[in-house]
Amino acid sequence: MYKILKYCFYDLIRSRWSYVYFLFYLLLGFMLLFLNNDLSKAVITLLNIIIVLVPLIGTIFGIMYFYNSKEFTELLLAQPIRRRSIFLGLYLGVAGSLSVSLVLGLGIPFVLYGLMKSGVIWDFGLLLLIGTALSFIFTALSFNIAVTQDNKIKGFGYSVLLWLFMAVIYDGLFLLSLIFFEEYPLDRYSLGATLLNPIDLSRILILLKLDIAALLGYTGAVFKGFFGTNAGFLIAMAVLSLWVVLPTGRMIFKAERKDF
Amino acid sequence: MIKIENLHKKFGKNKVLEGVDIHFDRGGIYAILGPNGSGKTTLIKSILGMVLPDKGSITVNGTTIPRQWTYRQQLSYLPQIANFPGNLRVSELISMIKDLRGQEANESHLVQLFELEKYLDKRLSTLSGGTKQKVNLVLAFMFDSPLLILDEPTSGLDPSSLISLKRIIRTEKEMGKTVLLSSHIMHFVEEIADEIVYLLEGKIYFKGSLDALKELTGEGNVEHAIAAIATTQTYV
Repeated sequence: MYKILKYCFYDLIRSRWSYVYFLFYLLLGFMLLFLNNDLSKAVITLLNIIIVLVPLIGTIFGIMYFYNSKEFTELLLAQPIRRRSIFLGLYLGVAGSLSVSLVLGLGIPFVLYGLMKSGVIWDFGLLLLIGTALSFIFTALSFNIAVTQDNKIKGFGYSVLLWLFMAVIYDGLFLLSLIFFEEYPLDRYSLGATLLNPIDLSRILILLKLDIAALLGYTGAVFKGFFGTNAGFLIAMAVLSLWVVLPTGRMIFKAERKDF
Repeated sequence: MIKIENLHKKFGKNKVLEGVDIHFDRGGIYAILGPNGSGKTTLIKSILGMVLPDKGSITVNGTTIPRQWTYRQQLSYLPQIANFPGNLRVSELISMIKDLRGQEANESHLVQLFELEKYLDKRLSTLSGGTKQKVNLVLAFMFDSPLLILDEPTSGLDPSSLISLKRIIRTEKEMGKTVLLSSHIMHFVEEIADEIVYLLEGKIYFKGSLDALKELTGEGNVEHAIAAIATTQTYV
C-alpha cells in the first residue's frame, strides 16, 4: 500500500492542479492577512471559505483522479498486489496531497505573519485539522461514487450534486424543517441533523473552539448547551472521524467486489 | 497449470461466459480465438482476478483464485489497450512496476530489441500507439514468470517488432513457460500457437491443435477452418 501511495502522491505532486490549489491558498492567506491585519479575524474568514471550498475541491478532484487513473488501476490490478492496498493507496494519495496543499498554502503566510507568537495558534491548527478532515471525507465520498458509477458524466454530476446538497441544500432543508416544526422541541433533532452533515459539524466544531457565541447560531447553541464546550468538541471530533472511516470502508468493500 | 470449471459471468443482462470448462497444461502456447464480444478478454481477466466470476472455479498453479493475489507473482499480463499514467516517463514506469512486484527483472535487452532507448526519458502521454504497445511488451516480458497472458499482443506493431515478438514468445516456450494469448491475426496464430481454443457466445466450441482443426473441418486454410467451426456444431 505504501508503494502505491508513494507513486500516487508522486504523480499528483507533479500535476499542475496541485500547484494551482496550493498557490490559491497561499494567495488567499496573504490577502486575508493583508486586508484584515488581524490573525483571529482572518481565521474566522478562512473558516467560511474552507468549509465550502475544501469539500468542493475534494469531491471534484477525487472523482476526476479516480476516472483518469483507470488505466493505472488496471495495470496495478494485474500485479501481485491486494485490491484493498491499491484503492487505499490511491485514496490516501489524493486526500493526502490535497491536505498538503491546504496546510502548506495557508500555513506559510500565517507563520510568516507571526502565528507562532500569537494566541490563535490553536484555533488556526484546528482549522487546518478540520480542512484536512474535510479533504479526506469528501475524497472518500467521491471515490464511493466513482467506484459504483462507471459513466464518467453521471459520476461527475452526482458528485457535484453531493457537494451542493451538503454545502447548501442541506442547510436550507434543515432551516425549513425547523420553521415547519417550530411548535415541537427540536434540540435533539437539530443535534442529530448537524451530526449527519460533515460541513455543519465542522462549522460548529470550530465555532465551539473559538467560543464566539454570536456566530454559533441555533444548532451551535443547542450543541453547546447539550454537551458543554469540551464534551461537545470531543463528540464532534469522533463523529467527524466516523465520517472518514465509514465512506472509506464502503469504498474498499465495493472495490473488492467490482469487475475491471 | 490453469483449470477452469463451469465458469459463468454476466454483465447486467449480457451473459458473456456460459459454463466454460477448460484446462491449460504447463508449457506450450495456447491461442484463444473467437469473434468480437465472444468473451476472450473476460476469460483472460477472470484468470487474472480482475473480473469476478458469478459461478464456477478457476485454479492457477493449485490456488483457487477469487480474492487471492499472491498467485499473480507467477504470471505476467499484457493488457489489450496499452494505456499508462501519462505523467510518468517510460523509465519511471518500468522501475515502478519492478518496485511494485519486488522481483528480479531483465528489461535492458527488451528495450534494446524494441529500440526504445530514445524513448526512455519521454512521458508516456507523448508516445504513439505502437510505441506504447512496445513498452507494454517490455513490461510483460521483463519478469521471469512461468505463466504469460497476452491480450492481443500484435496490435499496432510494425513488422520488425512483430518478428521480435514471435521470437520472444518462442524462447519463452522453450524455457518451459505457458503462454496464453488472444489474437485476431490468423497468420500469427498459425505460426506460433500449439493449440487453439475457440470461444463463441461464451462457450468453448473447439480445443485442439491446428492440424486437428483443419482435419475436422476439411478446410486447408486456417482462416476458413475457423470460419467453418462457427457455423457447425461443437467439437470439444
